[in-house]
Amino acid sequence: MLADYSILLIGAILVNNFVLVQFLGLCPFMGVSNKLETAMGMSMATTFVLTLASACSNLTYHFLLQPLGLGYLKTISFILVIAVVVQFTEMVVRKSSPLLHRVLGVYLPLITTNCAVLGVALLNINKEHNFMQSLFYGFGAAVGFSLVLVLFAAMRERLAVADVPSPFQGAAIGMITAGLMSLAFMGFAGLV
Amino acid sequence: MRQVYGFHGGIHPPENKHQSVAAPIADAGIPDALVLPLSQHIGAPAIPAVEVGQHVLKGQVIAEPAGVVSVPLHAPTSGTISAIEDRQIAHPSGHTARCIVIATDGKDEWINHQGLEDYEAADRSELLSIIRSAGIAGMGGAGFPTAVKLAVKPETHIETLIINGTECEPYITADDILMRERAEKIVEGAEILAHLVQPDEILIGVEDNKPESIVALQAAAEGTAVEIVTFPTKYPSGGEKQLIEILTGKQVPSGDLPAAVGVVCQNVGSAVAVRDAIIEGKPLISRVTTVTGEGVSEPRNYDVLLGSSMAHLLELAGYQHEKNKRLIMGGPMMGFTVPDAHVPVVKTTNCILAPTEAELPTPPPAQACIRCGMCAEACPASLLPQQLFWFSQGKEFEKAEQHNLFDCIECGACSFVCPSNIPLVQYYRAAKAEVIQIRKDTEKSEHSRIRFEARQARLEREDAEKEAKRAARKKAAEEKARLAAEQGNAEEDPIQAAIDRAKAKKAAQASGGDASESEQEKLEKAVATTRKRLNTATAKLDAAKQEGSDFIDALQTGVDKTRAKLDAAEQALHDYQQANTANEEPAEDQSSANAAQVAIQKAMAARAAEADKSPADKAREALQKLEARLQKSEARLAEGKAAGEEEKIISALESTVERLREKVAKAQSQTQETEAS
Amino acid sequence: MYELIAQYPLFAALFAMVGLGLIFGALLGYAAVRFKTEGNPIVDQINEILPQTQCGQCGHPGCRPYAEAIADGEAINKCPPGGQAGVQALADLLDVDAIPLDEEHGEESVSQVAYIREDECIGCTKCIQACPVDAILGAAKHMHTVIASECTGCDLCVEPCPVDCIDMISEEESLQTWSWQLPDPVSREVDIIATDAQATEEAA
Repeated sequence: MLADYSILLIGAILVNNFVLVQFLGLCPFMGVSNKLETAMGMSMATTFVLTLASACSNLTYHFLLQPLGLGYLKTISFILVIAVVVQFTEMVVRKSSPLLHRVLGVYLPLITTNCAVLGVALLNINKEHNFMQSLFYGFGAAVGFSLVLVLFAAMRERLAVADVPSPFQGAAIGMITAGLMSLAFMGFAGLV
Repeated sequence: MRQVYGFHGGIHPPENKHQSVAAPIADAGIPDALVLPLSQHIGAPAIPAVEVGQHVLKGQVIAEPAGVVSVPLHAPTSGTISAIEDRQIAHPSGHTARCIVIATDGKDEWINHQGLEDYEAADRSELLSIIRSAGIAGMGGAGFPTAVKLAVKPETHIETLIINGTECEPYITADDILMRERAEKIVEGAEILAHLVQPDEILIGVEDNKPESIVALQAAAEGTAVEIVTFPTKYPSGGEKQLIEILTGKQVPSGDLPAAVGVVCQNVGSAVAVRDAIIEGKPLISRVTTVTGEGVSEPRNYDVLLGSSMAHLLELAGYQHEKNKRLIMGGPMMGFTVPDAHVPVVKTTNCILAPTEAELPTPPPAQACIRCGMCAEACPASLLPQQLFWFSQGKEFEKAEQHNLFDCIECGACSFVCPSNIPLVQYYRAAKAEVIQIRKDTEKSEHSRIRFEARQARLEREDAEKEAKRAARKKAAEEKARLAAEQGNAEEDPIQAAIDRAKAKKAAQASGGDASESEQEKLEKAVATTRKRLNTATAKLDAAKQEGSDFIDALQTGVDKTRAKLDAAEQALHDYQQANTANEEPAEDQSSANAAQVAIQKAMAARAAEADKSPADKAREALQKLEARLQKSEARLAEGKAAGEEEKIISALESTVERLREKVAKAQSQTQETEAS
Repeated sequence: MYELIAQYPLFAALFAMVGLGLIFGALLGYAAVRFKTEGNPIVDQINEILPQTQCGQCGHPGCRPYAEAIADGEAINKCPPGGQAGVQALADLLDVDAIPLDEEHGEESVSQVAYIREDECIGCTKCIQACPVDAILGAAKHMHTVIASECTGCDLCVEPCPVDCIDMISEEESLQTWSWQLPDPVSREVDIIATDAQATEEAA
């Protein structure tokens, strides 16, 4: 039982990392990684949204759509669920941390259409996860996302003061770094 | 054998100490002129206490300390003050600084001085004040006032007093030779210092590359509580925090003083200076300085009067000018290049290094950091020099601060090991200065904000008060009018009453009698009070004279002044009476048409000139200013374009230029208009 | 009811979506009331970065109004006393790109302090009224003087002076204010291997 969940977690965090292996959620990965603090904030927001959205979408599917035989409505209703969770998160963040809100300003609504979030919700259905499994899968995906985002932001902070040849400055070196990180994460294949 | 500890990092540069220790300390003699900078220590510069042309004796105070963290300055020999002016001093900036110049008379006449017979009987604060007034500042190189360092809070318990005889920097042997030749004085000084801070143990730390010093010290310390501790040679074990870690195993917390871990650390030179001040009553007027390097034929140590020029010392040591390209004060690791050889020796000058180019080559151009990490291995403060370098270079000072930039002791070990020859220490120094500047600016802006807000609040309050008063007045007037109307007594209009009052007043003034009489009364009164004051002052002066008080002079001048005032008052009264009786024009006091009036006239003239000038000239001037700005902006834009900056930046620049152009066009049309009209 | 839904799947879908919408709408409505925010705390943070000279060169009456304007989306490059460093700090805070200082509002200059040529002062108090930080001391018909430590160097007092006796004096670098400068950046242009450099020197 415990082993199952830990495998699920490790699989979602490292082996099938959403960003670097499945290439989902790349826009915040490139967009919010300029500063470590921002990346931390984004990680926390995403973790919160992803876990919650994963659970909510599971409930919606199993207790509303499936009994009514409305499986074909899952994409649109998941978007609805995610949008609400994001909106709710935004309100909480605005109240509790105005600076984070200012920083996340553009990206927080972006989570609504973040492919990683929707991806997790849909994969949960495809893989026929039950409620607890969805929760863990969503959380694992979020932790994986946070991990690479923070790592990447730390690297970009160093790149900012480093001596990069001019053709590679800015986003270019960021892409290269992301590619190398992705290669590294490929190394986890076969771990579980 | 005592256990010694190690510290992280450190390096082993070539020592080059043997050249200058072969010969004993020589006396550098009295040069013709001594130049004494007012700031030879950390803290506020001292304030001159002598005048040009004044004759001073050896040991006489010539400058007083300014504030707590400051020390006085004494004449190193007898002579005449020839100037107090800005002179070139030994400072990396190459700036000049205020100095007192003494033309020596060669007699070397001491002022009366006397040491304490029994310092153990003396009060702690008395000893501290002697040390302070002897002008002793840390002789190791930093120059922190010794008395301040010794004035530990009474509640802190000092476990260890450390006398620093490490002298880890290459070439320098001033402390080494001092320990060899004056070991007794050092031990005596250590005992005095111990009496001051009452430590559990007294240690003198010496590196094991100075065996003669160790032997001499051990002989001198025989039968005392002073313990000589030797440890392996490594640079920079002479750093205060490093030495404390070596001897006690304790690390001084970041941003704290050694007293936080119960340690006080003093240099051997300071110990000798303290001993001389307490036992013999001699202030700090000379020091031992090493003159070395291949640029001099006889490297050795000199006992030199403070203020002697470095050129004087170099000449004694056989300076070969052609061999030496740059002159360094301090050692090769932490020293700095002095602007020219005529700068004076100060309290912190432990070494004058005149190397040949081959001996100490000019650093080759810096190359890119290859992230080898050797600097982190060498850093004695366990910092990450490479990270600090990147942050300093990228001006991310906040990050640098987070990486404990301020724990850097600027020892230069990282620069020494850097294979890319990056001047790392300079980066750290600049970053530190920048951080301090930022802190200051924030403080200032915060202060300004508070003042601005206070002013806003005040203005608002004043406005509100005015408004309230106005409302109250209005209400009162209405009330009065209403009452009057009620009583049906409308003939006495309040406005009419006011006018009547004013008229009456005018009439009184016109008659003149009242006013001038009161004027005369005033003058008479002034004479009377001044006379009274003079009487009391004279009485006081007499009393003081009888008692033989110190204030006689002050009282005398007071009496004189009062008398002068009385005379003036009487004169004024007399004048007034004459003017009145003569019934001439009212006496116009000539002095009242004073500077203010002149200034007003001037102001009016200036205004008139301004009015004459405008508007054509004014417009033209404005146009010129705008054009200059436009040119600057255009240049910046071109530069930006050439450098291929981001589109956003370029577009911002372009919009600036465009707006300025519009403004210029507007100004031009205005000029034309005004000129046409 | 259930039969109706089972019979007409369209109703089922409609019912599901409308139901979801209602529930979520109610939730968000509650949250909007519960987590209501007032004011804009970012203004304080912007205001802290601004140099507080209160000089008005940005076109706003003081630093705080400009901070409010920035929070509402005004350009961050209108503060010459803050200089390029100030623009950079604002850019970092707001997570936008740093843009060069807008020359229209003046140029960045070294910090200055106002100085009143005292024998020319006529005591008109105009400068006192102009000073935003009460740094000028004096009374009507008496000489005025600037408290240098309080002066922000905004030069607002220069214009009102009728006798033009106020100078803006730049702080000169002295031994006390001197500090080490950053060395020239390590550039890639200097690709010299030390031994090569020696060889070329010898050849020359």
